[in-house]
Amino acid sequence: MGPMAERATFRIKTGLAEMLKGGVIMDVVTPEEAKIAEEAGAVAVMALERVPADIRRDGGVARMSDPAMIKGIQEAVSIPVMAKARIGHFAEAQVLEALAVDYIDESEVLTPADEVNHIDKLAFEVPFVCGATNLGEALRRIGEGAAMIRSKGEAGTGNVVEAVRHMREITSGIRRLSQLRPEELAAAAKELPAPLEVVQEVAAAGRLPVPLFCAGGIATPADAALMMQLGAEGNFVGSGIFKSEDPRRRARAIVEATTHYNDPERVAAASIGLGEAMSGLEIGPLEAADALLQHRGG
Amino acid sequence: MPPVSEPTPPSGLKVGVLALQGDFEAHTKVLRALGGVPVEVRTPDQLDGLDGLVIPGGESTAIGKLIASAGLEAGLRAHHAAGRPILGTCAGMIVCDSEHLGFIDATARRNAFGRQLQSFEADLDVEGAGDEPLRAVFIRAPWVETWGPGVDVIASYDGHPVAIREGTVLACAFHPELTDDPRFHAIFMAMTTTSAAAGAEEGARR
Repeated sequence: MGPMAERATFRIKTGLAEMLKGGVIMDVVTPEEAKIAEEAGAVAVMALERVPADIRRDGGVARMSDPAMIKGIQEAVSIPVMAKARIGHFAEAQVLEALAVDYIDESEVLTPADEVNHIDKLAFEVPFVCGATNLGEALRRIGEGAAMIRSKGEAGTGNVVEAVRHMREITSGIRRLSQLRPEELAAAAKELPAPLEVVQEVAAAGRLPVPLFCAGGIATPADAALMMQLGAEGNFVGSGIFKSEDPRRRARAIVEATTHYNDPERVAAASIGLGEAMSGLEIGPLEAADALLQHRGG
Repeated sequence: MPPVSEPTPPSGLKVGVLALQGDFEAHTKVLRALGGVPVEVRTPDQLDGLDGLVIPGGESTAIGKLIASAGLEAGLRAHHAAGRPILGTCAGMIVCDSEHLGFIDATARRNAFGRQLQSFEADLDVEGAGDEPLRAVFIRAPWVETWGPGVDVIASYDGHPVAIREGTVLACAFHPELTDDPRFHAIFMAMTTTSAAAGAEEGARR
């Protein structure tokens, strides 16, 4: 570190997410998968022990990944490496910071460690990304120090319907806020609920103060293009790649569709010859069985 | 130099911003504030008629692959060969170096300053940007490892070159697009103005 340098400022934390815009962040469970992701053009990888589809199938408590596996992935690729901590589990986050991961995902995909409190993300130098189902949730996470927001969607289902719902909730919420008069913002903050300061900032700018990505259910190039057109600034893809028939080709195709999301001919060309997508799950039965991950942490 | 919030009158200069991946939108804002007309570039035809081109920050491996899959390499080479200026920031500097598109006689070392925990901002003296130091934001930044005799080093940090210029190519390891200070882009716009004027003169002589 050179002279007069300042680290971990808000600009530095959101800055890395700015660099990931227009790109795809892929879930990987081994260094080999991380290399496949990097070769396909991923802008970052998310290191985890099991992809959400397997967590959903196997059950049990899902925790932070084995540090040895995270280190193996860090050594295998030169793109940023993210990793997940359980909601509220600040000691897992401390471990991930000690491993020098590039971003921490405080994630509902893992079993929550605290049903009331999220991690105080301002206490960390590593930036955090958090999931949200609506604007209030996004702004509460930003108030706690999140430097990047992603839709929660419904991870591990290969069903994009919940990501669509969450992205529309967030973006329409932003549009509504920006229509309000200044004296109406306190009531809006109470209703969301969210910190007034963040509400005022979003109302003035007409956008979140941090990058907004999509996660939770993307399985095809068209899914990726859909989410970009709905206002996502980039895509997280979990089970959708490595649970499909041909992960290399599907990974490249989803990268292509995320870049050229406004060019249907490119998306069509990218969608040809990919083999089977991951088999998907309907949301209704999961809801009936109280198995939705998106309700964790609110 | 006016701050970004006070737009200068449009110069009408068309400046492409490679919009495959990364923080290209931040560049378009600065260019617009300096009177340029930014054009997002994703296809070869969008390179036609540009006065200058910005290759933004992002992930250099991803941007490199997307340049190839979008069939943009020939068009980028033609832009450079025609003497039209190019600004590369961070990943854009890597894309321009002699191990990639070869627009500048230098090599960049990827992630030279380290991972995200080592990302930082600091005040930097930049030749041609005036007396006041410029706030520079370094995100998992590269530095210039080797450079040829024709390359001017216009800024260094901790003994490593972080901004360089050779002919019509300007490159830096940091992110001038992430601050409200437009002075680094102003150097590039001045290069673009000069090049466009020379092009117009040549056109008139023919």
